[in-house]
Amino acid sequence: MTATVDYDDLLTRYEPVLGLEVHVELNTNSKMFCGCPTTFGGEPNTQVCPVCLGLPGSLPVINCKAVESAIRIGLALNCQIADWCRMARKNYFYPDMTKNFQTSQYDEPIAFDGYVDLEVEGKTYRVEIERAHMEEDAGKALHVGGSGRIHGAEYSLIDYNRAGVPLIEIVTKPVKGAGDKAPEVAKAYVSHLRDLLRALGVSDVRMEQGSLRCDANVSLMPIGSEVLGTRTETKNVNSLRSVERSIRYEMTRQAAILDDGGKVKQETRHFHEGEGNTSPGRSKEEAEDYRYFAEPDLMPIAPSREWVEELRGTLPEPPAERRRRLQAEWGFSDIDFGGIVSSGALDLVDATVVAGATPGASRKWWVTELARRANEAGVELDALAITPAQVAAVQGLVDDGKVNDKLARQVIEGVLAGEGEPAEVVEKRGLAVVSDEGALSTAVDEVIERNPEVADKIRAGKVQAAGALIGQVMKAMKGQADAAKVRELILSKLS
Amino acid sequence: MGITADDVARLGALARIRLTEQECHDLAPELNVILESVRSVSEVAGPDVPMATHAIPMANVFRDDVVTGSLTQEQALSGAPDQEDGRFRVPQILGEE
Repeated sequence: MTATVDYDDLLTRYEPVLGLEVHVELNTNSKMFCGCPTTFGGEPNTQVCPVCLGLPGSLPVINCKAVESAIRIGLALNCQIADWCRMARKNYFYPDMTKNFQTSQYDEPIAFDGYVDLEVEGKTYRVEIERAHMEEDAGKALHVGGSGRIHGAEYSLIDYNRAGVPLIEIVTKPVKGAGDKAPEVAKAYVSHLRDLLRALGVSDVRMEQGSLRCDANVSLMPIGSEVLGTRTETKNVNSLRSVERSIRYEMTRQAAILDDGGKVKQETRHFHEGEGNTSPGRSKEEAEDYRYFAEPDLMPIAPSREWVEELRGTLPEPPAERRRRLQAEWGFSDIDFGGIVSSGALDLVDATVVAGATPGASRKWWVTELARRANEAGVELDALAITPAQVAAVQGLVDDGKVNDKLARQVIEGVLAGEGEPAEVVEKRGLAVVSDEGALSTAVDEVIERNPEVADKIRAGKVQAAGALIGQVMKAMKGQADAAKVRELILSKLS
Repeated sequence: MGITADDVARLGALARIRLTEQECHDLAPELNVILESVRSVSEVAGPDVPMATHAIPMANVFRDDVVTGSLTQEQALSGAPDQEDGRFRVPQILGEE
């Protein structure tokens, strides 16, 4: 069905209600219930053992670090932490799990009843958290034949390296009242979770690698009604932009059906990044019959209050509060500070300031010069081969007058090329500003001699004409001079 | 009351077990007998007896987050009925839909 409904128009008749399920892969060394490694990209079926292959007689044991991460995530989401809870078997027959069930949690999640506050276009929205529970990831299926999608495939090939990797599923309560901003609120929520989880250090949170995945439940409620509409669950939403787009698309698709007097079918749908639309997956009614029961092979989890409080003490400053604090401390405008955040440079700028550079200089290097180089190299800013301390050292060289701005860029280039610390690069490349007054004075004299007309103008008081001479001196000095000093010299010689 | 032939058919489908209509019909009363027997246990246990899912009252049995050995690919696939490119080869998924 093609959506022909206007987005703004549908909001006059329907209230969108969202429910977001986010799966986070934890960055533990070993899997949830066995000692297999969790590293990404290994040869297929080389990170498996009798436990994660579900072989008869094998016994799972819970990874303590995964429980710790789950509790910390729960606390960071302002949740209650269960005194006592159990793992459960979620039964389904699908080859991505050899056991024919996924070990998960059902009615006893480790964390529940939390909330996060989000700011979207100056307005605060509270998204309530229903629960955050522990479970394991499934294996990866490769569908062979047909289109490469499930439908039409002739057979499937399964790699179980990912089976048993610890996951936390975070589920919101129905998000109502966001109106036309519902897609943006959803995006802000996932973005907030990503920042929070990164600050907690519990996950790599790379959406493109699948370590953070979002399923979006969307339904429309006629305005004035209290009865929730039938929802669809959209999967395969693999970027922040897709969160927003897929929800917007589902809203218009469902409105078109309802306007026609039709009924929305409760189902799972897949988002197609390229086309920007969704298509139906398996039917939800059937999928819901998981016949959960408590997992008898795993002992209940009963975190002591002392442990929970100890973990609460390890929580980082909430990202939004930290951003507010840093912006105030650094004295940046919303635009300048927003630039730092959107280029992913916040931690780097912070560390550079801590290493001794001013906020202005730290921002300048990371957001302009280094962001450009990262962009050219096609890598994340924090993957560049330069540390905040080195950036602070480069700025220190500028402040001491050892190099000027232009030379500093070459120093950075040298550090990135692995030529050593900034001071070594200056040494090896011979980049230091010439502070030898004699050589500089000679260069200035020569330039004045070659430009008698300009010199006369300056003598006559047209100080701004000095710019032309400064440029020539800088060129003669191969850029290795302090422009302010050159200007000073020219003016003193011509006064 | 109890399990109907339709319930059996649905459970069969969820468990990927192909059942004929006759089998569903025959199995329903058998399963009801089992359910009734289990139900008689809950009649004995009063409200003062908490539900138990584990035989031993224990909690917090954890392991440290340490990588131990995995199987080799060859070992992992040694029991597989079919394989290809180091992966388990399985029949078409969702073929019935």
